[in-house]
Amino acid sequence: MSYIPHTDSDRAAMLAEIGVETVGDLFLDVPESVRYPELKLPDPLSEMEILRELRALSEENADLDHHACFLGAGAYNHFVPSVVGHIIGRSEFYTAYTPYQPEISQGTLQAIFEYQSMVCALTGMEVANASHYDGATSLAEAALMSVSVSRGKRCKIIVSPTVHPEYRATLRTYTRGSDLAVVGDDDLTYELDDLKALLDDDTACLIIQNPDFFGQLEKANELDQLAEAVHTAGALLVVNTDPISLGLFTPPGEYGADIVVGEGQPLGNPLNFGGPYLGLFACREDYMRKMPGRLIGETVDTEGRRGFVLTLSTREQHIRRERATSNICTNQALCALAAGAYLAAMGKSGLRKVAELCYHKAHYAAERIRQIPGFSLPLRGGDKGGSKLFFKEFVVGCPRPPGEINEALLKRGIIGGYDLGKVLSPLSLGTVLDRTVQCQRTRDLSKGRDLPQLEDCMLFCVTEMNTRAEIDRLVAALEEVAP
Amino acid sequence: MTESLIPVLSPAEVFEISSPGRRAVFLPELDVPKAELPEELLREDLPLPEVSEGDLMRHYVHLSQLNHAVDTGFYPLGSCTMKYNPKVNEEAAKLPGFTRTHPYQDHCTVQGNLKLMYELQEYLKEIGGFAGVSLQPAAGAHGEFTGILMMRAYHEERGDTKRTKVLIPDSAHGTNPASSAMSGYQAVEIKSDERGNVDLEELRAHCDDTVVGLMLTNPNTLGLFEEQVLEVAELVHGCGGLMFGDGANMNSIMGIARPGELGIDVMMFNLHKTFSTPHGGGGPGSGPVGASERLARYLPGPIVVKDEKCDCHKEKTSEVSETSEVYACYHLEMPEASIGRVKAFYGNFGVFIKAYTYVRMLGAEGLKQVSEDAVLAANYLLVRLKKVYPLPYDRTCMHEFVLSGPLPQAPDVHTVDIAKRLMDYGFHPPTVYFPLIVPEALMIEPTETESKETLDAFAEAMLKIAEEAQENPDLLHKAPHTTPVTRLDEVRAARHPRLRWKPS
Repeated sequence: MSYIPHTDSDRAAMLAEIGVETVGDLFLDVPESVRYPELKLPDPLSEMEILRELRALSEENADLDHHACFLGAGAYNHFVPSVVGHIIGRSEFYTAYTPYQPEISQGTLQAIFEYQSMVCALTGMEVANASHYDGATSLAEAALMSVSVSRGKRCKIIVSPTVHPEYRATLRTYTRGSDLAVVGDDDLTYELDDLKALLDDDTACLIIQNPDFFGQLEKANELDQLAEAVHTAGALLVVNTDPISLGLFTPPGEYGADIVVGEGQPLGNPLNFGGPYLGLFACREDYMRKMPGRLIGETVDTEGRRGFVLTLSTREQHIRRERATSNICTNQALCALAAGAYLAAMGKSGLRKVAELCYHKAHYAAERIRQIPGFSLPLRGGDKGGSKLFFKEFVVGCPRPPGEINEALLKRGIIGGYDLGKVLSPLSLGTVLDRTVQCQRTRDLSKGRDLPQLEDCMLFCVTEMNTRAEIDRLVAALEEVAP
Repeated sequence: MTESLIPVLSPAEVFEISSPGRRAVFLPELDVPKAELPEELLREDLPLPEVSEGDLMRHYVHLSQLNHAVDTGFYPLGSCTMKYNPKVNEEAAKLPGFTRTHPYQDHCTVQGNLKLMYELQEYLKEIGGFAGVSLQPAAGAHGEFTGILMMRAYHEERGDTKRTKVLIPDSAHGTNPASSAMSGYQAVEIKSDERGNVDLEELRAHCDDTVVGLMLTNPNTLGLFEEQVLEVAELVHGCGGLMFGDGANMNSIMGIARPGELGIDVMMFNLHKTFSTPHGGGGPGSGPVGASERLARYLPGPIVVKDEKCDCHKEKTSEVSETSEVYACYHLEMPEASIGRVKAFYGNFGVFIKAYTYVRMLGAEGLKQVSEDAVLAANYLLVRLKKVYPLPYDRTCMHEFVLSGPLPQAPDVHTVDIAKRLMDYGFHPPTVYFPLIVPEALMIEPTETESKETLDAFAEAMLKIAEEAQENPDLLHKAPHTTPVTRLDEVRAARHPRLRWKPS
């Protein structure tokens, strides 16, 4: 089945018009020595057969419809209202392309404009786009944009060690070809004050995550002080955030962020084994002309009617393209459409309710787990800076290796937490480390110190999707597996 | 003019159908004790709209009706391969066993996902003639950037650090120069010769020990197959450089030629173009990268590896049958000298499902048929249109071709006018003003999924527009006339940016 409408007589008529005998005559420019390779691919299947096969394949997975899930760490199990799927299922949206011709693309253009507006409202920023692949690449692009804002004069990027490890890895890949120095996370015990001490005239930006990778919320006064210090140094403050947390907590725009990035998946996009996701990207108006990606702007047509166009947008492909600092085009339009539909569906009260459900359920779970002998909450009342608040994720110290605990949970129909001993394993960072060494592996790249307080720790995530019954089942299972 | 019953003109924005107290979603009541909320961290206001579900659905359906899409009409947008998107792809990608899996689940609990990814890697290796494939890059431009970083890693590992130039033919894709600049290299443009090929003399003059490599779009953006592709590769390899292939135009050569056998060391695929996963209004796409033997070790990762010895049996869940064939084990692994990861997780998995479905339904013969018919359709349109429109490079084309807009008989009419007038005939315009080497370019890619009747209707519209250009140029200057909005003031949008909704 190749979805081709041509009959043999259609083909014959077209060949005759072209003036060639066979279709092979159209490929004479291809070197004969390599023309017509024999491709070894499986035999074609009918629609019925492929669906049967794929359904069987999908059922080999342990999915979240059949398991309680307490796994987060950058990809989140949130509720997606039915209306969202029906909106992005309109094929007028999903079979269109980048709205290059605005007269016949107002649907996509207006929907993305509305998404931009809602992301600005959510983050407290003035400009947002829908161009980025995911949270990790948004963060890397924000770092490059900060350098560009300094006209290339500043070459130091400070990144907090509590930023998602895969985001930090992506940032390092993105800066491989440049002379930029990425610092701050080589010591995994660094807190905001330590990062502040690294600020200098060469610093383009300081990047934090809030809530951080371990689920913790930074304190309001410390954020204000941090923003002040960053701005005094002439650098930009980049904040990587969880959009669901903004249903409840102060948006980064209010505590001095210059660029806000984040993973947009929690807004109406399914987990999908890691993609496609959506990179949130918003900034202050001062920097909009340095923003990588494409923006939709409002204008009027020749009759004075409101309409929308791609604007400030041709840099990466046309004007001075060899001097571009980003090659980003439009990318995740349909994911942004889902996020926009989600934000509008949830609205003012719904998003707050989702965030509240996450917060209260996570705290209930944390408190229950803390009471189980052998388990602890090591970051609460930690040795530096006192205990921080958390949103929907929290670190649990375990009496046994997390891998063993998760194995036991799986047998009880529960997908457990994220094994922090694996944080900097080859899977996430791309460095080759000895798999037998357990928690001492929490090292960044080749240098850096251990994070001993996270030895044998896992990161649990609780969302509005987890019922009290599920949490109680998790607690009962953990009680059983404790030695 | 009669009033339309559908309110398609200046539709309200979502903020304008909002009213305090309306809701579209009702969430369950809290079933655990309340924890104390930190007052000092709470936001004061959350200025999101408040709408009912019915109003919301109607809002978006109205918006959707303002779009031209492959499912509403012919979309010959050059270099974008706007082919029909099979509906089975969408059904497959919605299976909850796929969508409801978390990327950090233990590999033993996601063997179905990993098997699908592994097989797709294998198919792309076979189709492209490569030794390795990473599915991680999220889009074509992301794949380009990835490929250049791999070239950098290769040279650096060899201590060959004086290479700084990336050669880019003027017929290459638009993002190529930016991708090389992002990787810290200098882009050097190589001119085309009069047949639209890379000018070998000019290439020879640039080939020295400072060349990182060459970024070859083949077929190029003129829609022409590089006649001396083997010589180009030989020259570049001869001076120690590498060949990057831009795979955006793969729709014309599946089963016809394998880039790996044309001397390409690293290439990105565009699953949203060639493999029929939809374009989504501008994403999500997917830009897997294939690499030759010597570059495969630098691929970004993790990628999926097949295990002969499976370590999963002990962790088997009740859902998985012991005899199942997928139980041969797959896991994720970083390639030996990987450039690292280029994004979080493993790539756009939801898109992989659609591309996998497509390849399995077509098989080798079907894919070859796709390329043959894509090239047939393009040549048919070319022959019909070149009678009236100037064709700067008059050769047999591949899946697309490039006309030059200004008609000798109507010098005041520009490509933009022809493009806008096409909308009145119900067609999406071709790609316009690109490639830059053709003045007022009209880049037309019909794809294999359009019937001869559609191709004929398009050709006739183009020919009619050529007549109109001569007889009534003003009709074209003011086009389109039948669309929800007329020409929009782009200068105003750029000079006075309004980038978010504000209450008026």
